[in-house]
Amino acid sequence: MKELEIEATDKNLPKVLAFIDEELEKAQCPMRVQVQIDVAVEEIFVNIAHYAYNPEIGTAKVRVEVLGDPPSVDITFIDNGVPYDPLAKEDPNVKLSAKERKIGGLGIFMVKKNMDDVRYEYLDGHNILTLKKGLLLK
Amino acid sequence: MDTTTTPMLETEIRASYDECNALVVDFTDVKYVSSAGLRILLSAHKVMSKKGGLRVTGVSDEIMEVFDITGFSTILNIEKKGA
Repeated sequence: MKELEIEATDKNLPKVLAFIDEELEKAQCPMRVQVQIDVAVEEIFVNIAHYAYNPEIGTAKVRVEVLGDPPSVDITFIDNGVPYDPLAKEDPNVKLSAKERKIGGLGIFMVKKNMDDVRYEYLDGHNILTLKKGLLLK
Repeated sequence: MDTTTTPMLETEIRASYDECNALVVDFTDVKYVSSAGLRILLSAHKVMSKKGGLRVTGVSDEIMEVFDITGFSTILNIEKKGA
């Protein structure tokens, strides 16, 4: 298991993605799956950057581990900001016309759609969100 | 098109609203689009629908998947790569 502790800011997103991609590349993750994981990692990390400590800046821990055969990756985000369960948010209605569509809620929706499993828990003052994704193409 | 790069596109698109009648966004070299990118596309679509419209061209299969999941493929005027 590898861990990165980093200030949760938009500016640090490329560093987080590089950290994750390095592990995925070692596991020979197909590009298509890597792109889906990168989008999910971005949505979760940026959520923490924007909301967890607002207006202060705090840190987030990102853990990544590739396990199993066939391999799958677990990516865990831990912050000690305000308790916030992004999964509690209602999914956007993707069938509405452009006029009716609201801007927002799409990020976490894409995470749910693209990952095999997404879990949230609040434990001892920490938000803990875990993404799970199989690394083989389906 | 992610959180860090989308602001550049947003600035560019906003600057062109006044002077253009129709807007074409070329996605040929775009590898992925996050919700930040989707937001700017949706708002550009809303502004341009009062004029000549927004067209997104050169869209790869991977990006098309994102548009399909989010329902954007039924909203936006999309041309796939090689079309």
